[in-house]
Amino acid sequence: MVVGVAAKGGTSIAPGAQRRSRTGYFLLLPGMAWLGIFFAIPIATLFMTSLQAPVEGASGQYAPAFQVSNYADAIIEYWPQFLRSFLYAGIATLLALVIAYPLAYFIAVKAGRWRTLMLVLVIAPSFASFLLRTYAWRTILADESPVTTFLNALHVLPDDRILNTSIAVIAGLTYNFLPFMVLPLYAALERLDPRLIEASNDLYANPITTFRKVTWPLSLPGVVAGTLLTFIPAAGDYINAELLGSTQDRMIGNAIQTNFIDFRDYPIASALSFMLMAAILVLVFAYIRRAGTEDLV
Amino acid sequence: MSTITSSRNIEDLRLENLVKSFGDFLAVDDITLTIPAGSFFALLGASGCGKTTTLRMIAGLEDPTSGTIKVGNTDITGLRAFQRPVNTVFQSYALFPHLDIFENVAFGLRRRGIKDVTPAVEAMLELVELAPMARRKPAQLSGGQQQRVAVARALINQPDVLLLDEPLGALDLKLRRQMQIELKRIQTEVGTTFVHVTHDQEEAMTMADTVAVMNAGRIEQMGHPADVYELPKTAFVANFLGQANLFSGSVTGRDGEDLVVATNGLSMRLPAQRNSATGTELLVGVRPEKMTILDEVDAGKIPTGSNLVTGLVTDVSYTGVSTQYLVEAPWGQVLNVFEQNVIVGDRCEVGDPVLVHWAPEHTFGLGS
Ligand SMILES: Nc1ncnc2c1ncn2[C@@H]1O[C@H](COP(=O)(O)OP(=O)(O)O)[C@@H](O)[C@H]1O
Ligand SMILES: [Mg+2]
Repeated sequence: MVVGVAAKGGTSIAPGAQRRSRTGYFLLLPGMAWLGIFFAIPIATLFMTSLQAPVEGASGQYAPAFQVSNYADAIIEYWPQFLRSFLYAGIATLLALVIAYPLAYFIAVKAGRWRTLMLVLVIAPSFASFLLRTYAWRTILADESPVTTFLNALHVLPDDRILNTSIAVIAGLTYNFLPFMVLPLYAALERLDPRLIEASNDLYANPITTFRKVTWPLSLPGVVAGTLLTFIPAAGDYINAELLGSTQDRMIGNAIQTNFIDFRDYPIASALSFMLMAAILVLVFAYIRRAGTEDLV
Repeated sequence: MSTITSSRNIEDLRLENLVKSFGDFLAVDDITLTIPAGSFFALLGASGCGKTTTLRMIAGLEDPTSGTIKVGNTDITGLRAFQRPVNTVFQSYALFPHLDIFENVAFGLRRRGIKDVTPAVEAMLELVELAPMARRKPAQLSGGQQQRVAVARALINQPDVLLLDEPLGALDLKLRRQMQIELKRIQTEVGTTFVHVTHDQEEAMTMADTVAVMNAGRIEQMGHPADVYELPKTAFVANFLGQANLFSGSVTGRDGEDLVVATNGLSMRLPAQRNSATGTELLVGVRPEKMTILDEVDAGKIPTGSNLVTGLVTDVSYTGVSTQYLVEAPWGQVLNVFEQNVIVGDRCEVGDPVLVHWAPEHTFGLGS
């Protein structure tokens, strides 16, 4: 009797559960379609293009092939740009972290009723176009500008100028991606329970130790998110190097742009794009493993 | 256990003229008191009366507006929180979510540069019966367990004073009773001075050697729980620590050691030394369990010299151990009367005209 009831209950529940899980997949469809059309297909196209070979006699035309040497050619030609990209993006990310952390901390913990206004101010520059703001920096950092004149008076500039040096490129990258650092840090610090800071003080930790042992570890999810959101677009950026740097400061984004637009060397440009993506992916995974916060991100 | 029990001499905690104002609001209003070393001291008061603020000033988390805090004869008022020989069990526990239980408990020891923390931490976890949980994160523990971690984390530092801010407030009643006994046991075992803040009068009375009743930023009365209960000095204390029946009246004369008081057309007596009122106007008070309730027909059983009120029973609630009566006096005041259920049957019922009497030596007088 009991067995019979149990079996009946079992069969009557199963179809309902299945229907529910199928509904879930249906809901996923638009997202999957979007990813398929705008991500998977372009990536596949990019990958195929990166292996194309030039058509004999017709310059600027390429045919499907399996020319792996495109990758070697790209590396040999552009490894300095690769290194520079990661170096500049790395420095800019570090600088952004150093600038954004105290700012985010202040907004989250001390700003009180000014909090919303300060957050708006952080985001406000993004209302103007990225390109326009970077142009503005050309004026700010120009050779005869007050900033440059002042720094020259202090004799701190190696080349007596800022514009068209790596300093300008890194400064531009730092500036442009700063909000992407501030916002995740703010979100993490805003969640931080001030009573934990008091508990730490109560347990003999001075303010510096409290920061190292409580505030910093608890803000790590924000640090990881912020550095990724800054580093990834900064490594692929070409506007800052183009507008603020000299030809000696070109990054991988510039190389990709030049190959696509100017040289019309699509296979090399595609190979560069592909390697940039792969390199960033590898770096990000290594970084997340190091930070040990897979479960936090 | 030797790793926990403090071997050095702990010292008294003294608060002298301690004041804290937020703007023009006085949260703590001129508190002066000495908490003897090794005592279990309860600070009892309604929510918002300034208990937490007092505790935070002792911990160094809030700067006093004026006044001094001393441990023994050392003035610690100017020390930062991390420099004070005082630890806190926070109301919300405030356990570090990113550290496991072992590291939470070891936190204070590590900050003071102690190299081998393992024996002390293990002994402490043993004391609070959490040894098997050492490698769990706080979020994986129940409320009662988190509470014990908070105690362990503070106590392991062998502070001169352990501050507990409503540490049992978040626990359900049964667990709270259990933890009261547990905390008392731990305090007896380690001998540290405990300053326990609570709004639960039963908790304060069962745990503390000394209870201070706080009201609107001031200490109203302080002493052994039984002394404060038996002889409250203010109407607030009489009502906050247990229940009381208070009659307003005025002193009409003296009969030997007793004062004679006229109240609501009745004459009552109380021992002169149990009166804390300074003028002739006063409140005559008596605890509900000190009163005896009798049917009108039993008037002959009343001992001579008793204080006596007649009335009508308006409510009877049987609680097992005792029966609680509400009795309306002729002038409209409703009295609380508790009777032990020692006699089976023969209880008064709603509407019964009754006599309520009590001995003058159980009566107290308060300033009105
Ligand atoms: N930082 C503060 N600013 C303003 N008023 C406060 C602050 N902290 C506490 N108070 C006020 O002081 C009074 C006492 O608070 P508290 O000590 O927390 O009371 P308790 O712990 O006894 O409930 C309350 O009325 C509270 O509103
Ligand atoms: Mg409180």
